Amino acid sequence: MSVEAREARQPWILLSPALTAVTFLLFVPLLFIVVYSFWLSSATGADIPAFSFENWEEALTDPFYRDILLNTLKIAGITTIVCALMGYPAAYFIARARGNKAFLLLLLILPFWISYIIRTMSWINILGVSGAVNWLLVNLGLTEEPIQMLYNETTVILGLVHFLLPFMVLNVFVSLDGIDTNLEDAATSLGATKWQAFLQVTLPLSLPGLAAGGLLCFVLGAGTYITPMVLGGPRDAMFANLVYEAIITQLNWPLGSALSLMLLIVLGALVLIYNRYLGMAQLVKGLG
Amino acid sequence: MGWHLIRLWTLLVYGFMFLPVAVVVLLSFNASQFGSFPMTGFSFRWFVELAQNDAILRAFRTSLILGALTALISTTLGVLASLALVRYRVPAANMITTLLIAPILVPEVVLAVALLLFLNFLDLPKSFPMLLLGHVIFTLPFVILVVQARLVSIRRDVEEAALSLGASPVQTFFQITLPLMLPAVLAGALFAFTISFDDITGTLFWKPGGVETVPTQIFSMLRNSISPEINALGTVMILLTVGVPLLGLALARALATRSGG
Repeated sequence: MSVEAREARQPWILLSPALTAVTFLLFVPLLFIVVYSFWLSSATGADIPAFSFENWEEALTDPFYRDILLNTLKIAGITTIVCALMGYPAAYFIARARGNKAFLLLLLILPFWISYIIRTMSWINILGVSGAVNWLLVNLGLTEEPIQMLYNETTVILGLVHFLLPFMVLNVFVSLDGIDTNLEDAATSLGATKWQAFLQVTLPLSLPGLAAGGLLCFVLGAGTYITPMVLGGPRDAMFANLVYEAIITQLNWPLGSALSLMLLIVLGALVLIYNRYLGMAQLVKGLG
Repeated sequence: MGWHLIRLWTLLVYGFMFLPVAVVVLLSFNASQFGSFPMTGFSFRWFVELAQNDAILRAFRTSLILGALTALISTTLGVLASLALVRYRVPAANMITTLLIAPILVPEVVLAVALLLFLNFLDLPKSFPMLLLGHVIFTLPFVILVVQARLVSIRRDVEEAALSLGASPVQTFFQITLPLMLPAVLAGALFAFTISFDDITGTLFWKPGGVETVPTQIFSMLRNSISPEINALGTVMILLTVGVPLLGLALARALATRSGG
């Protein structure tokens, strides 16, 4: 074999283990659940290979599933907006602060290292019947009996914001950090107020980071089932909880496949729209 | 004026982020037998009880082994792929990168269902190997992103110098490239370990009955009520997931300065 041919083959040898893994552990399984979603479930034993639209019909026409899907998108939307409002100023502060760089960097990455399940359950210590807030209220004499503040839609959103805020801060920071501060100075020296310079120069330039953070918050928020299970009540199920119910509790795998694919299509469409207009580069920057 | 407001806002945002976690740590030292306020005294009893709880110790062992194996496999695959993408002209490199990071573009629940059903179809039931495969595919994109970002900054001329001075490609890789890459490799492995150690979304689908990792153990304990033991377990986990990466960062920095980076 010629030297050139060997050179050309080398990268494929290096890539093949990872590509094989992604193919057989992601793409083939995804195709498989497409097929599976047309099978029929049997109450006793193995599911029956078939080509039936029964599961899809149930997933698409049952108002129960539709309402929960819409509610899931609503919760993810509110979460994303709250994350943006809370996270943008914080990211701006970290990007523009002069001072201890290592400490500011730690502020960016430390929240990612604290376990998701622990951050989620930590709110029980704060808002639970025997939590910090109730203890304070009772001791201040503001209330006789502890108030149940947990297990509703608001606490689900609270838990999601707490979990996803770091993704927003990091992405906005990456975007702000790449903006030349001379641009803002130029705007102010040309007569713009600081606020105008921010609104017309910095904010538009940081929109890609805001969009990347927003996409991550929305997609991760809409795909969770743990937060509603820990901080939500029985009526606060999100769409991923339906998938969990169908697969783990009811063992109705064909229906579970159809529901999973519905979630994938809705959230995948968002990723594709984002990719079409903004490209993956910004998202990758924030993750790396 | 505006700047002070932003600083105050940032302070509040970080208070929101860290205070609930700080309360977990605080309550884990509570002497009271309930996992709640008020603090009746300072005590290590919940940590002692933790160390004597077989279920929790087993969960810890499972999580550590799973995390270590995940890091090993995922880092190996990720480093090889990153080398190919950074060091060679690969046709359609952008598309290949997108394919390789696809596991994090798909919602984790969907990935979990697809893998569970497919492997089950291949007669591999819920088991430790399934858990491992799931964790590998889920952590691989993170390793690739981290390693690729750092590989780009390693200059090629050092390697070219070694080659032109008569070193074989294999010698060059082990004596020049690998030592230069070590911080990137360690960072990737650490990232994979912490993500695997913390994962619950996929793990609940893949784990066989009776096997628990630390997060699923905490999750199942939450079903009853929040006990001081959970807070203690949370504190240990925070120490691990914050302490290990901090140690790793320090190590990576030390290695980088020693190699003159």
